Amino acid sequence: MKIFLRNARVIEPSGKYDGLFDILIVDGAMQEIGSSLGGNPVNYEINLRGKFVVPGLFDMHTHLREPGQEYKEDIASGIAAAANGGFTGIAAMPNTDPVVDSAGVVKYVLDRARQSGLVGVYQIAAITEGRKGERLSEMKDLSEAGAVAFSDDGSCVTNSHVMRLALEYSSMLGKPVIQHCEDHELTKFGSVNESPETIRYGLKTQHRVAEELTVSRDIQLLEAFGGKYHATHISTAKSVEIIASARKRGLPVTCDVTPHHLFLEDSVLGTYDSDYKVNPPLRTGKDNEALIEGLRSGAIDAIASDHAPHALHEKEVEFDAAPFGLIGLETTVGAVMTRLFHQKVMDMRAIVNVLSVNPRKILGIPVPEFNLGARAELTIIDPDCEWEVEPEKFKSKSRNTGFKGWKFKGSAVGIINGEKFYFSERLK
Amino acid sequence: MAQGIRNLLGLRDLEPESIVEILDTARSFREVLERPIKKVPTLQGTTVVNLFFESSTRTRISFELAERRLSADVVNFAASGSSVSKGETLKDTARNIEAMKTDIVVIRHGSTGAPHFLSRLLKSPVINAGDGINEHPTQGLLDMFTMRERLGELKGLNVCIVGDIAHSRVARSNIFGLTKLGANVAVCGPRTLIPEHLEQFGVKVFFSIDEAIQWADVLNVLRIQLEREAGGDFPTIREYRLYWGVSRERLEKSGRSILIMHPGPINRGVELDADVADGETSVILDQVTNGVAVRMAVLYLTGVKPS
Repeated sequence: MKIFLRNARVIEPSGKYDGLFDILIVDGAMQEIGSSLGGNPVNYEINLRGKFVVPGLFDMHTHLREPGQEYKEDIASGIAAAANGGFTGIAAMPNTDPVVDSAGVVKYVLDRARQSGLVGVYQIAAITEGRKGERLSEMKDLSEAGAVAFSDDGSCVTNSHVMRLALEYSSMLGKPVIQHCEDHELTKFGSVNESPETIRYGLKTQHRVAEELTVSRDIQLLEAFGGKYHATHISTAKSVEIIASARKRGLPVTCDVTPHHLFLEDSVLGTYDSDYKVNPPLRTGKDNEALIEGLRSGAIDAIASDHAPHALHEKEVEFDAAPFGLIGLETTVGAVMTRLFHQKVMDMRAIVNVLSVNPRKILGIPVPEFNLGARAELTIIDPDCEWEVEPEKFKSKSRNTGFKGWKFKGSAVGIINGEKFYFSERLK
Repeated sequence: MAQGIRNLLGLRDLEPESIVEILDTARSFREVLERPIKKVPTLQGTTVVNLFFESSTRTRISFELAERRLSADVVNFAASGSSVSKGETLKDTARNIEAMKTDIVVIRHGSTGAPHFLSRLLKSPVINAGDGINEHPTQGLLDMFTMRERLGELKGLNVCIVGDIAHSRVARSNIFGLTKLGANVAVCGPRTLIPEHLEQFGVKVFFSIDEAIQWADVLNVLRIQLEREAGGDFPTIREYRLYWGVSRERLEKSGRSILIMHPGPINRGVELDADVADGETSVILDQVTNGVAVRMAVLYLTGVKPS
């Protein structure tokens, strides 16, 4: 199989190739990178004038719902959504049924994912048995089976002693503990951000300090006991500040932010549409600004979607009864290109860092390289593609997006992942 | 000529003119309630469904009376012993009932936004009879009606709502409605029962009931839900009564004559002493009577067929 990409604007971290290149991919490997290549008969020849070719994007926070909740999503549909959204690699959270807290479940997921192979699926295993926050899971065995990190995502490890043990034990494995930061005692009475807007709407609220307290506590535990710590889907200005200050002290703290926390604010809740019910909750415009600035300054390492599929019948209920979460694999790139690239907040190189390089580094996964002979793992991004978010067109099984009806400029239009590839219908 | 209103989801999004229209319309229905035959043919042939997903005595009976006095056909639905206990969703329950060709839906629900959710799914007008901690618009309207009846114009009136403001849909509907018509609104209670960010509504906050009494023309005293004590939102019922309970002694000390209101049911001896509840400035039973008239007005205005 030969694929010939012509006139691609290559952005890759080493900087060796920076400009317009032709890339000849033969049987999944980069055979030639140069200018004005040609001559060989190929299976696909694509002129990518005006489009970026970047190392395959990576989403470090997704929920694939398999095993156990295949009506929401399964590994195959999650992979299809990821490919359509421009991702060549994704990490799956362990809150499935059963929970990924034993080596057998890790192997099951990885085997199922390999059957497709279009997108690399990496498994994050539970920190504690059953994600109950009480006893450590078999972290070493999980690690041996292929788990790349540990998280009880959906729940927070609130017991400080258990969190200490998790940091200490995982430090032997060199793999990060990913915390969903939430003091559950402070959040049990309400589901939306406490702010002037939500007080107007009469929704039951929870205070931002529930997240910030956990971030602060975890950083103190990290300072005392070691390990690698990653705060996922941080959502407040203060969380950014706390993490930035810990990093200045040289602590191994990383964090990610979701597109919905970057670009949506809690004023959308006035319609009581449960598609906006998410945990952590949507915050204020000021938080949006602080998170965007955190990304721009490098205080935030990565963008992750927290792709959380739920079936229509689960979301089409009264607000209090609806589950938390919204999907993001197929809207992340559109949102980022529209709001960060075109509004000149970040250039393409910075975007590649937060969507491809950094999430892999955090999880200890090699970043795809642009070298002769290297395995081709890349994403094609058309910065000028204009499109509207139409949930019924998603490859995901679910439709619960917070960006319904948004008009985006910029889209992933294809991926190549070794011998597998996917070209979107938006590739023109 | 009545303009009609599509839905009554809350007072937050209602124009001041619509509120005045409802209150004015209620005045003529209030008159009907004094007649020997308290029934008018206004909604003859119209079927109203009362969907009560939360227990309620007063509001449910008041709506039902209002419906019957307008000659509407009435269907009552209570959550227990219904399809809801078999796991049917709110969407299915409501659409099934509507498929039986009903005309107006009245809903009481424990989740904020449930009436708004229904109004997007149904063709019928939806009337909110209380949703979560959000709004109880007909209660707000009947409170305003009663204040107008007793004290005239609402503009410039000092109204203080006392009690658990944070969890009270009555408080919120009062705040939205009264401020729209120019009243000065304050709230009073322990800080743990008063939400942040009330300043955006122009609402004053008192932590001292004596200061509130000095300021107010009207005290709208809310029921203290006894489970709040168990939840630890304030130390004890004893302490609440000592420092926020409205007693005759407190009122007399102020030397002022203040209209006393309460949405019921009253915890006598907790938020309100018996002699105050039954005292000469209490209009608690007028509120109940006016509730029927206000609900008749709301049903009439939502049931008005476009001509």
